[in-house]
Amino acid sequence: MQDYGEQAMMALNGDEAVAWAVKQSNVDVVAAYPITPQTIIVEKISEFIHNGEVDLEFVKVESEHSALSASWGAALAGARAFTATAANGLALMWEILYIVASTRTPVVMTVANRALSAPINIHNDHSDSMGARDSGWIQIYSEDAQEAYDNTIMAFRIAEEAMLPVMITLDGFTISHTLQNVSVLPDEAISNFVGIREIPRIKLPEIHGEKEVPLMLNPKYPVSIGPLDLYDYYFEHKVQQNEAMKASIPVIEKAHKEYGEISGRSYEPVHMIPYRTEDADVVILGLSSAMSVVKKVVDQLREDGKKVGAIRLRVFRPFPADIIRKELSGLTAVGVLDRSLSFGAEGGPVALEVRSALYSSLSKPAVYNYIYGLGGRELSPKLIAKAFNELLEVKVEPENPTVKYLGVRE
Amino acid sequence: MATQSVWRPNIKELARRELKTRPVESGHRLCAGCGAGIIIRQIAMAARKSIVWINATGCVEVATTIFPYTSWNVPWAHNAFENAAAVASGVEAARKKLSRVGRFANDPDVELDYDIVVLGGDGGTYDIGIQSISGAFERRHKFMYVLYDNEAYMNTGIQRSGGTPFGARTTTTPVGKVIKGKPLFKKPIMDIIVAHQIPYAATISSAYWNDAIAKLRKGFEADGPAFIHAFSTCPLGWGSAPEDTVKIMRLAVETCVFPLYEVTNREYRLTGPSISIAKNPARKKPIEEYLKLQGRFRHMFKPENKWMIDKFQGWIDKQWEALLKRAGY
Amino acid sequence: MSTPMIGWKEVPIAAVPFLSSKEYPTGEWAVFQPKINESKCIKCGLCWMYCPDSVYRWDGEGVPVPDLGHCKGCGICVAECPTKAIELIRV
Repeated sequence: MQDYGEQAMMALNGDEAVAWAVKQSNVDVVAAYPITPQTIIVEKISEFIHNGEVDLEFVKVESEHSALSASWGAALAGARAFTATAANGLALMWEILYIVASTRTPVVMTVANRALSAPINIHNDHSDSMGARDSGWIQIYSEDAQEAYDNTIMAFRIAEEAMLPVMITLDGFTISHTLQNVSVLPDEAISNFVGIREIPRIKLPEIHGEKEVPLMLNPKYPVSIGPLDLYDYYFEHKVQQNEAMKASIPVIEKAHKEYGEISGRSYEPVHMIPYRTEDADVVILGLSSAMSVVKKVVDQLREDGKKVGAIRLRVFRPFPADIIRKELSGLTAVGVLDRSLSFGAEGGPVALEVRSALYSSLSKPAVYNYIYGLGGRELSPKLIAKAFNELLEVKVEPENPTVKYLGVRE
Repeated sequence: MATQSVWRPNIKELARRELKTRPVESGHRLCAGCGAGIIIRQIAMAARKSIVWINATGCVEVATTIFPYTSWNVPWAHNAFENAAAVASGVEAARKKLSRVGRFANDPDVELDYDIVVLGGDGGTYDIGIQSISGAFERRHKFMYVLYDNEAYMNTGIQRSGGTPFGARTTTTPVGKVIKGKPLFKKPIMDIIVAHQIPYAATISSAYWNDAIAKLRKGFEADGPAFIHAFSTCPLGWGSAPEDTVKIMRLAVETCVFPLYEVTNREYRLTGPSISIAKNPARKKPIEEYLKLQGRFRHMFKPENKWMIDKFQGWIDKQWEALLKRAGY
Repeated sequence: MSTPMIGWKEVPIAAVPFLSSKEYPTGEWAVFQPKINESKCIKCGLCWMYCPDSVYRWDGEGVPVPDLGHCKGCGICVAECPTKAIELIRV
C-alpha cells in the first residue's frame, strides 16, 4: 500500500470537515443554496474556489429545488456532483430526491440535520432526513465531525459504484458548528481513493445492438433519460431500483474496508457499531451524535455493575434488518432513540424499522421507543440513565406504553 | 460579444440533413396537427453542432418518450416540470468543467462539444418554472430556452395558465353564465425575460420558417442565455382544425396577436411580416380573423359578448404600439 | 404492435428507452392520408417543413414522399401546399 504520509490534525467544525472532504474528492460541480446549519459547507467551498485551492464549478442556484436539479444535470453530463442542505431545503427538494434516485444518478448530498417547520426552528433533529427515508437515497448518519469527513469521501465511491445517490448526515450545530479535532488525509490519498468520476455503462437491448452505452448526455451515444413509464414497465423499474438498494450493502462495506486501509478508520461493522454489548441485557440503539452521550452513560452504569450497552446505527438506508435481528435477538429490552416523529404512527421511524426487523425473531426483546431532542432539545446523561433504568426493570404488559418522550414537559 | 452568423436556412440543405440524422423520429404521440411537433423539428434544424436537449414536463415530453420508445436521436433528458432551466445549468457547469480539464479528450465514445437547448411549455415557463429560468438567466448559463406556448396546460386537459389569453375557454376558465372564459390577460413573458438583460430573445411563428430557424440559430450562437418564445397552435385545446395549425400561426402574426421580433442586448428589432405591418398599418388584420378559427373563442362572437372582442383588440393594439415604440417606429 | 414484456432484471437501468418510436405505427390513427400529384408538385418542400410528425422524406430535389406508416392525417401539408398538389384520401 502506498504511504501518503501523516494525516493532518485540524481543528474543524463538522461543516468545514465536509467542505474539506469535497475539496479533496475530485468533485466537478457543486450546486447549492444557503440554509442554516449547512451554510458553512458552501461558504468554505467558495473560499477554496476563490483562493484557487480547488477547481470546480459552483452553481449558486436560486433554491434547493434547483440545487438538486442542477446536481442531477451535472451528474448526467458526466460530472461528479455534490450538494448540501438541511430541513426545509431538503423538503423543497422532495420531488427531485425521488427522480435523482430512480434515474440512478450518483449525487452526494450532505444534510446538516435540522428540525422541520413549523414552528421554524434552526436546531437539530432528524425530521428532515427521516422524512426522505423512502426516496431511494442511501443514508449514512455521522456521529462527529471526523465521521462526517470520512463518510463524505466514502459516499462518492459508494454512489458511483452502486449507481444510487447518497445522503450523509451530521447533526446541525451539535456537529456542524462545533470545533473538533479532525484527521485530514493528504490530498493525494483521497484523490486516489475516490479517483475521477467514471461514467457507468448500461445495456440497451436494441438501439445500439449489443454495445453498452454510457449513461450520460452524450451526442456520441444519445440516450433519453426520464421518460414516461406506464403500468406496463413502471413496476419492473421500481423493483429493479429496490433491488439496487439491497445490492448496495456490499458496495458500502467495500468502500469502508478500503477507506479503513488508508485512514485507519473503517467504522466496522459498518451498518451499526455496538458498544459494550457482549454480555448486555439491555441496549439503547440510536443515531448520530447523541450516541456519544449514551456511550458515556453506558460506562457509568457498567461501573455500577449494570449490564447495559449501546448500538449506534450508521446506515439507515438500506436498512440492515438481518444484522439488527442478529445483534438484538436474545436481549431483554431495547430502547430505540428517535429524534423525529412519524405523526400518528406507533413510534418514530427508527423504532418502526427495528421493531419490524425483530418481529420474525424467536427470541425478540421488548422494544421501547424514546422520542427525544426535537428542535435541538438537549439529551442529558441523566435522561439516558433514566431510560436505561426503566429498560432494566422492564415488564412487558399491554398497558405499558412502548413509545415515550424523553425530556418533554408534561 | 459573440459574432452572430449571417447564416440563412436553406430548405434543401435542412431536408438533406434531417433525412440523414433524423433528430426527432416519427411515431411520437403528439396529436395530429400539433404545432409543437413542427417547433421541435425546427429547433433541431437550426443546430450548428451537436445538441443536448433538456425537456420540462409537458406534452412534448410525454408524447415523445413513452417507454420503451423514444423519438429522440439526440441526447435528451427530462427531470420535472419546474426545473428544466436548473437542470440545464448543471449540464452547462459540468460541460464547462469537464472541457476545461480535458476529461474525455482521449475518449472516442464521449463528445463534450455541444449546444444545450431547453424546451418548456407555457405552464413550465410562465408559471411553475419561472423561478428556475430567472435564476439560470441571472447566472448567465449558456443555453437556449425555447418556450412552446400553446396557451394552457394541454397535457393535463386544457387548464388555464399564465399564458392563456383573454377570453379563452379552458377547463378551469369555462364559459359560464356569469364568467365567460379567462377574465385576465396573458402575462408579458417576453418583457420579463428581456428584463434579465440576456444577449438574445426572440419570438417565432413556425409558419415563417425562415425567420424562425434563423432566430433559433442565433439563440444557439448567443454568448450566454437565449430565449425563444414559439407560438404553438394546439388543435385539441384550441378547438381548431388540425389542418389550420400553420394558418393560425400565420394569422397570429398578421393580426399582431403574436408579433415577430428579436431583442439583441436589449435592442428591439421587428422581423418578417411584422416589419411590413409596422410600415403599413393597413396590413394589420383584425383579431376576429384569428379568433374565428378557434373554438375556444367561439362565445366571443355572440352579439352579447362582442365587448370581449373589442376589449381583446384594444389590449392587442396597446401591446403592439408599445412594441413599435421599443423597436423605433 | 406488441412491445417486449421483459422482467425487472432485463429492463434498462434508469428506464432508458431502448426502442425508436419509428417502431410505433401512428399511421394507424389516420382516417385520411395525403396523396401527392407529382405533376403539380413544384418541390418547394413546405409539406416537409410543416409536418409535425417528421413524416415526409425529402432529399431536397425530388418529390417529397410521406411515410404513411406514421402519418396521422392532420392535413397541414394539404392546406399549406402552394400548388394544391396534395389531396387527402380516405384510408
